[in-house]
Amino acid sequence: MFDSSRFKRAASLVQASPKGWPDAPLQQDGVHEFYAAKGSAQGLGQEQDSAAPLALALLCAVQACRAGEPLLWLRLAKGKQAQQRPYAPGLVELGIDPAAMVLMRLPDLQSLLRAGVDCVRHGSAGAVILEMDGRAPAFDLTASRRLTLAAEQSGTMVLIVRSGADPAPSAAHTRWQVASAPSLPLPANAPGGPVFDVTLLRQRGGREGLNLQVEWNRERGTFQDPTFGRAPLSGGRPALPAVRTGDAGRRSAA
Amino acid sequence: MREGAAPPDAAFALIAKQRGAQRIMALSPAALALGLSAGMMLADARAQEPDLAALEHRPEADHALLLRLVEACERYTPMVAPHGDDALVLDLTGCFDSLAMDETGVLDDLARRLSRLGFRPLLACAATPDAALALARFGKRSARELPVAALGLGEDAHLALKRAGLRTIGQLADRPRAPLAARFGKVMSVALAHLLEEQDRRITPHRALPPIWVEQRFAEPMATVKPLLGVIEWLAGQARDLLVARGRGGRRYEVSLFRTDGHVARLAVDSGLPLREPADVVRLFRERIESLADPLDPGFGYDLLRLSIPLHEDVSEGQERLDEDSSGRPDLAPLLDRLQVRFGAESLHRFAPRDEHLPEYVDRLVPAASWPESWPQPEAGEPPLRPLFLFDPPQTVTVLAEVPDGPPRRFGWQGRQHRVVRHEGPERLAYPWWKTVEATGPTRDYYRIEDEDGRRFWLFRHGLYGSEKADPRWYLHGIFA
Repeated sequence: MFDSSRFKRAASLVQASPKGWPDAPLQQDGVHEFYAAKGSAQGLGQEQDSAAPLALALLCAVQACRAGEPLLWLRLAKGKQAQQRPYAPGLVELGIDPAAMVLMRLPDLQSLLRAGVDCVRHGSAGAVILEMDGRAPAFDLTASRRLTLAAEQSGTMVLIVRSGADPAPSAAHTRWQVASAPSLPLPANAPGGPVFDVTLLRQRGGREGLNLQVEWNRERGTFQDPTFGRAPLSGGRPALPAVRTGDAGRRSAA
Repeated sequence: MREGAAPPDAAFALIAKQRGAQRIMALSPAALALGLSAGMMLADARAQEPDLAALEHRPEADHALLLRLVEACERYTPMVAPHGDDALVLDLTGCFDSLAMDETGVLDDLARRLSRLGFRPLLACAATPDAALALARFGKRSARELPVAALGLGEDAHLALKRAGLRTIGQLADRPRAPLAARFGKVMSVALAHLLEEQDRRITPHRALPPIWVEQRFAEPMATVKPLLGVIEWLAGQARDLLVARGRGGRRYEVSLFRTDGHVARLAVDSGLPLREPADVVRLFRERIESLADPLDPGFGYDLLRLSIPLHEDVSEGQERLDEDSSGRPDLAPLLDRLQVRFGAESLHRFAPRDEHLPEYVDRLVPAASWPESWPQPEAGEPPLRPLFLFDPPQTVTVLAEVPDGPPRRFGWQGRQHRVVRHEGPERLAYPWWKTVEATGPTRDYYRIEDEDGRRFWLFRHGLYGSEKADPRWYLHGIFA
């Protein structure tokens, strides 16, 4: 039996915040956008890494969900998203329980946004993830404002994952740019646990442009500094605090 | 009985090609009056009547029309079955009270509705379906007047009876049965008992009988869609009483809207949990009506609305409302029901584990209403060994690797070269030889790799170099976070 409560308890451990880093960057009743970083300069096309922002959004969503709260993941049933399917054993490997997840595949972006607002407004899910590809013209300021209002009203965290798009103005509370970063090698130069390069592009009423690398620790259910407990590579940097900080039961409201 | 686009008084024939000849399958009443008969060649008929119009005979369209009439006749009773190519049987047992009509009333109403649609129906009412069918077909008033052909035992038997001087069922009924059964078999006495209303026969209705149904007839046809939901809510309230009495809750609700012109529209909603509350039922039907691709057309109005519950299951008592649970969050099931009604059941899924060998079959998507299954724990202390996304199908990549079984050094995908910085592998997965008859197939060697940008991929070599394949291909099967 998959025991997710162990991770939940660990996720609420108080962590030291790095200087200038927001105390609880992802508020529970907010809308948060995760953009895929552009591929490196030598890339021919606009090939982007959509797995990293999605994984980060999933991990934040899992931290936001209390035990038993379902996680809704909305994506499109066509195009690029139809070729790359979510793989449940991979979710398990990240410490995400697939049993608590409902996956919804929708025919077009309009349906996705409509279903998304419905899910958020209903308030039965701990978090709702909307995955979008490309420029997504239907996701305009009005649409994002609608999601923000619904999230504030129902206390559901909304995570929007976008790839193949330049960051655009929206009503989101925070906007992040995420890329995969080199992992800490295991013995025999094997790839290690997932490391993300995270940039805070925008935060409502907060600092912007912060950048750091975080590693996901599955056993503890938290993000940590990749150099934590190991020989420092580039100066000691404290960890990105978990979504919920402070005392265990309380939702952090930023 | 059948009339198409031609005016009812025109002479026309329905023809089909049989063994290279145009043969007449059916004739209009006017054509029959000219002395033509079904089964003639069209050429022979044209020799007699040069102006005879000929239309193609389409039995499947006739059958579809008959099934539409079945639906329209469900307004009287849910027990309606088509019989042969051109007849319907209605079991009206116990229906007269709710219809507020007697036998002749039902026959008159049916005749009026069918003639409005352009049919010339032959109607009869009897205690058994066989008697009613025979009375209607042969146009007699009592079973005793029927010719022996009404038995439906085949030409030989009918001829033998006629030669014995037995021409009507009445003459047959006066004879002792035992010699008849000895001469013509047991079918004869059974057919006779059916015709003489001595022995009943059940009909199998075209649609399975819903276990619970309630209906509302309107004195005046309802020509707008708006009040529908109110009526559905009222009917759902009645259905709730029936469900509560049985300790059940509905998993599937179906509304049939009978239009005055015989058209029947059906709407169905499914629910993940058994429902009883009219408000919940109406909420689902509101979604359903709003999400219809072509909206409901009331035409000249609906005059009967039936709510049936074809699927229901036990509800544990005390579970009257499901809206709240202890966590303070509302229950997910109503939301899933609504999304399912609007976007289709095929859009909502859960992951379910499967005991399979090849990685692409290890998980599968099941309907969201199914019960979540538990997943195995990952091994502590290991990095993720399986990717977050899987390519379906795996992507072809060009790989630079040492032969015969070295790890990939460099690979090209989507027009871009990735230099491999770290790797782990191979994880060798044999072909599942125990599943197929051939029992052989390429082995897969999986590598977890990381490129210079820190992106992590899952590659595999399809086939062992040399022993299985001369030049094994490489595929990208997944992407890690």
